[in-house]
Formats: sequence, C-alpha cells, structure tokens
Amino acid sequence: MPIRIQVREKPQLMERFGVLWTPTVLLLDPSGTERHRIEGFLPANDFAGQLLLGLGHAAFAAKDWKEAQRRFRQVVDEFPDSDAAPEAQYWQGVARYKETNDASALKDTYRAFQTRYGDTAWAKKASVWGPPAA
Amino acid sequence: MAIDWTADVDAALREAQSARRPALLDFTAAPM
Repeated sequence: MPIRIQVREKPQLMERFGVLWTPTVLLLDPSGTERHRIEGFLPANDFAGQLLLGLGHAAFAAKDWKEAQRRFRQVVDEFPDSDAAPEAQYWQGVARYKETNDASALKDTYRAFQTRYGDTAWAKKASVWGPPAA
Repeated sequence: MAIDWTADVDAALREAQSARRPALLDFTAAPM
C-alpha cells in the first residue's frame, strides 16, 4: 500500500510518525507498526535493498520465518553491493535459527561473514557465534 | 512500473490492515 505524503501540505503527519527530515520512507506492518525507516536519499539499488530488508523485518516481526529468510536472502542475492546486504545476511541467519532452533544456523552465519562483508558492523555482531577466542 | 500512490493515510492504513499487507509511507518535500 504505497502512500505519498507531501509534508508542506500535511506537516502534522511528520509529527505523528516522528519524521524529522525528507525524504523519509517508513515501512509499516499490517497493524501499522513501523518496521523499517529509510532517511535521506539513496541510489536505486541501495533503496531497493532497504525496501526488501524492511519486508524481511516485517515478516520477522510476524514470526513468518520462511518469508523473512526469503526476503533477507533476496537482498544479498539481488543487491549484494548495497548497504542493506550485510544486515540482511545477519538477519537471515537469525530467522533461520528462529525457525529451526538449530544453533548451526548462527555458526553458518558467522562463517558467511568470514568470506563476505567481514569488515562491517554486522560481522562484529555475528562474531559471537564463532569459536571462542583463544 | 508506475506506482499507484495514495495520499489518504488513514484510509490506506485501514486497507493495509484488512488486506494484511504492509504499508509504505513516503514523506517528501518535492513538488508532486
């Protein structure tokens, strides 16, 4: 459901949704709860990656683990160079763990960060799933 | 692909809820 708000015509909606700057894009789940926020301009590929990431977060919040994994995987597969990709790789592993309750999902995610996106903040977050430091 | 934007926030949110679909809110200062 795409909604475009011209803030000069409806400034009260900025306050209602806590929007401080334009452009800002919010992704709300069906209950109206915000699940993702994009502030500022992004090139098309990064923007598309962020939208898919938001859909993944919305599915995750709904505990639809398979759909969440599908959306997060889609970010990594289709927009591997976007800023959203490392975060999607992290959450894909978490969604798989939530679905299976199998800790190997987290270990696999740690290993994935050894070969891709290793210099990102998300790799640091996943580092706790690797072997203990000597 | 053209996007069928709406400007009626509350109607769109009600429709999103009944259809169990997410909603995308685009706040813009650009002329429409």
